[in-house]
Amino acid sequence: MCLAIPMKVIRINGNEAIAEVGGVQYHANLTLIPDIKIGEYIIVHAGFAIERLDEEAALETLQIWQEVAEFSQRKSKLR
Amino acid sequence: MLQYIDQFRNLELVEFIVNKIHQECPRQNLKFMEVCGGHTIAIFKFGIQKLIPDSIQLISGPGCPVCVTEIEFIDQSIALAHLPDVIITTFGDMVRVPGSKTSLQKERGAGIDVRICYSVMDALKIAKENPQKEVVFLGIGFETTAPTVATAVKTASDQSMRNFSVLSAHKTMPNAMQALLDSGEIGLNGFICPGHVSVITGIHIYDFIAEKYRIPCVISGFEPLDILETILMLIRLVNDGISKVENQYTRSVKENGNPKAREIMLEVFEESDSHWRGLGIIPGSGLQIKNKYRDFDTRYKFKITREPAIEYPGCICGDILRGVKNPVDCALFSKICNPEDPKGACMVSSEGTCATWFKYRK
Repeated sequence: MCLAIPMKVIRINGNEAIAEVGGVQYHANLTLIPDIKIGEYIIVHAGFAIERLDEEAALETLQIWQEVAEFSQRKSKLR
Repeated sequence: MLQYIDQFRNLELVEFIVNKIHQECPRQNLKFMEVCGGHTIAIFKFGIQKLIPDSIQLISGPGCPVCVTEIEFIDQSIALAHLPDVIITTFGDMVRVPGSKTSLQKERGAGIDVRICYSVMDALKIAKENPQKEVVFLGIGFETTAPTVATAVKTASDQSMRNFSVLSAHKTMPNAMQALLDSGEIGLNGFICPGHVSVITGIHIYDFIAEKYRIPCVISGFEPLDILETILMLIRLVNDGISKVENQYTRSVKENGNPKAREIMLEVFEESDSHWRGLGIIPGSGLQIKNKYRDFDTRYKFKITREPAIEYPGCICGDILRGVKNPVDCALFSKICNPEDPKGACMVSSEGTCATWFKYRK
């Protein structure tokens, strides 16, 4: 039940954001994360934005693995 | 669309991490427990257990809020629903959970008014549209959900609403994890810690588990790459003999969590003892509405009689929630108890261990 989905904020009306994922739009209450801006990604749980998604951290996690994977591929080719 | 959401399912990276897990996995058998229903679903849906060595066993703990809600709460909800002019509002799965004799779903035939909400704010809207009715919201869920319900209570209070209240069975995670460890029933080598609970609480609520119980904890996201990386991080901690809390889900979980959400939660709720199905009463593991907001507390507004709850004979939901038994150990599983006609809560919720086994393992 603690499912939460990242969505992109496309509009803000007062205390509510219209956010989109996969072409579907949802309403998200912004009480718990008030300083959201259009274009940011929010994590939505039960109709509430509960956190802002940190794009940099997401890319960093992926990049580290990508680099490690590429490095070990190069290493195995050298052998 | 977010490129990197798909990237967390990138096959090459998944394969790479799976290989690392196989290379680095120690000889000893390891048991890792996840305590979040979302992780249970992801592990089964993506077949994670089949990707990793047999010596690593993934077990599910009490991470499904619907499943850990005691039968007495269901019975109370049904009793409330039968009072005149009461509308019960709830998240979807609760209506199908069997109480001692019946469920909210079955009682709909007897004319009760039960409405399913996606958000607690829908329940507030129903209350505004029905000023002559009493709207009761069934407050279940962990730290992730409690701030949303607290927001609704605060909004109702700010707007001086008179016909909205919450029957709270909200629960908090750390003390339940401690109770599991104190029972000594399961020898664990690591916790896969709940991602979205941690979004609210931050990463330090698990410190005592790593420090006092010497069990490594890794907070995990929900994509295949997340869960596999978490398993690898746990293996590395075990291999190095280090017990600490690490955060794999950095894109969502900040060290200090969401202070604003905690502030609203603690404005409305206070710590209380709570009855967990399968685990019994765990001190300090629940959230009750503060006296200041008692006008919005269903237990204060209505006299609710307490009757002993009756468990369906043979149902082993409790043992499954503690991670000591598997669904296949239950004589009712898939024959008498299935998603069409569930006898226990673990078969009702899509993230219940029995429902997940039924869907993916049969």
